[in-house]
Amino acid sequence: MFLDFFYNLRSHGLKVTTHNWLALMEALAKGLHEESLSGFYQIARCILITNEAHFDEFDRAFAESFRGVKDDRAAILDDLEEWLANPKRLLHLDPELAAALKSLDIDELRRQFQERLAQQKERHDGGNRWIGSGGTSPFGTGGHHPSGVRLGGGGGRSALAVADARRFRELRRDLVLDTRQIAAALRRLRKLTRDEGDPELDIDSTIRATARNCGDLEIVMQPPRKNAVRLLLLLDVGGSMDPHAELVSRLFSAAHQAGNFRELRSYYFHNCVYGSVYEDARFNNAVRTQELLTTLDPSWFLVIVGDAYMHPGELMMSGGDWWMDGRGPTGMTWLARLASRFPRSAWINPEPKKLWTTGTIAEIAEVYPMFNLTLEGLDAMVRHLRRPPSPARAAQVARLAQTG
Amino acid sequence: MPYSPAMQPFLGTDSYIVSPELSRAVSVAITLQRPLLIKGEPGTGKTLLARDIARYYDLDLERWHVKSTTKAIDGLYTYDAVRRLHDSRFSEGKVSDIRDYISLGPLGRAFKRDTQAVVLIDEIDKADLEFPNDLLHELDAMEFTIMETGESIAARQRPVIIITSNNEKELPDAFLRRCVFHWIDFPDRELMTRIIRVHHPDVEEQLLAGALEAFYNLRDVDGLRKRPSTSEFIDWIAALRHAGFDPAKLLGAGLPFLGTLLKKEQDFATVERRTRRGVRRS
Repeated sequence: MFLDFFYNLRSHGLKVTTHNWLALMEALAKGLHEESLSGFYQIARCILITNEAHFDEFDRAFAESFRGVKDDRAAILDDLEEWLANPKRLLHLDPELAAALKSLDIDELRRQFQERLAQQKERHDGGNRWIGSGGTSPFGTGGHHPSGVRLGGGGGRSALAVADARRFRELRRDLVLDTRQIAAALRRLRKLTRDEGDPELDIDSTIRATARNCGDLEIVMQPPRKNAVRLLLLLDVGGSMDPHAELVSRLFSAAHQAGNFRELRSYYFHNCVYGSVYEDARFNNAVRTQELLTTLDPSWFLVIVGDAYMHPGELMMSGGDWWMDGRGPTGMTWLARLASRFPRSAWINPEPKKLWTTGTIAEIAEVYPMFNLTLEGLDAMVRHLRRPPSPARAAQVARLAQTG
Repeated sequence: MPYSPAMQPFLGTDSYIVSPELSRAVSVAITLQRPLLIKGEPGTGKTLLARDIARYYDLDLERWHVKSTTKAIDGLYTYDAVRRLHDSRFSEGKVSDIRDYISLGPLGRAFKRDTQAVVLIDEIDKADLEFPNDLLHELDAMEFTIMETGESIAARQRPVIIITSNNEKELPDAFLRRCVFHWIDFPDRELMTRIIRVHHPDVEEQLLAGALEAFYNLRDVDGLRKRPSTSEFIDWIAALRHAGFDPAKLLGAGLPFLGTLLKKEQDFATVERRTRRGVRRS
């Protein structure tokens, strides 16, 4: 049953490490749970989980693993005992877990486990047996421990009731909360460099130079550290984007307030990028897309925000500007040209991920790596943008940019 | 006690109320000798926890308030090279003894103590992304070497380490793995009542009940940018009592001293809109 709990946690996407699992064993061995399931719940959570966003998943896994435990105390005690008596079971791991454990020496693991087991035996010999149904033991049911497996604490709520209540749902990371959090995510995009600005005193170099100079003061100056990242933000507005307007405006203000980018330019488009984008959301001041392609160098980061959801014709047929200069390239070509000019690019899509496999969204995801407009998605996007662009994708995008 | 950790479980002090979960997390951290990482809404008493653990166990407290410019080494020691340079130019002090220019930081001082100390690393997320990684070894092994003198300092008594974070930056996995983690949940009414009684022991029953009702209603208002927290509630009660406010009026529209509870302009507008609608409905 306890091993099931471990697997359950992992299948809920919680990266519980063996390291922490062993720490939990240690805590149990020291009796920190005070013979109660709620105590076990509390210590398991504070040791195994390191992010409040995972509390909800933890609660669900806990409830799944221990539902019905209250009615079946004897079984849980047997299971626990058996499990702890057979640490070798840990050798029969599923491939996923085994891969995760590869970095850890399995012999070392076994040694640690047996050491711990030995400790427990000593405690047992000392009359303080920690699993069983005897009166003074943890997980006991007897009169010496009023709390027993039943749940202690002043609250009187059982661990399962607590787990079932899913109090931490609102802390999940796949929901976007406020501007400040978005800003915190975007701030990680920064790349600090020193190449311009009013010089400041470089104390370390000054000391070194002065020491070399036999103690005569030699001042060394250097330019201050500044964020070197330039960001081009293209925002889809109107139509199918209306339900997401509030969220997108938060993202927009966060990027402006706290991004501290060296340069940040934002333009608007409707549905798909064609020959022009607009400086304002009312589409009054047009800027030619070609101009962006030629004036901005490839070191710019490109982030497009949109639902990528449109009629296939809008993506594949000549675009909105054809009545200006005949048949222009298709929307897809424009998107590919942008992606090809700015290799570090990403697409933020406020629609739920399950819709991404269909229609124009899937087409666009071929060109732009797509991320959700959630904290988790933004984190993933920042990680993606910080990595060097993949040559395979670049080649594919270049091909698309040629056609049309 | 069926077990014998070196200490009694932490049950809070006369000015600090703990939930059973937090108390358990503190025990786990102390017993397993791991840092305790505390997160939670602002104003839920993250920083005060370290002070009260120190007070409860009668230990000394070392505070390390992290800022955006703080480097990991600052917590261990600092070498004041500029002062040494200055002294050398004007022949003051004992320039030849480098130890005169090294002062220990909060962690360093805690390591050097003969008695166990509590170290508070406050708002660790304010510092650079790499900051927690730079502390991994020092927190694991509880020792470090002063590069300038070669002296190595190992903890005589492993300090109890309390770390707080406001979630502004993600902490690295390797660091998180070594911590015991607790999220201070927002107190429910029952716990809140106890907390208020600690701060205002002689608060009138009627006022407290009315204020609690109004406060939790306010927190439930949709779309608040910053929901009022415990510390703001405590201030608010103080303000109400100072003004001798009639508790019966608390449940009507328009809360008094709203500025103690709400800190953002948009929130005032949100609440105002809400109350006006509520009044019309009733």
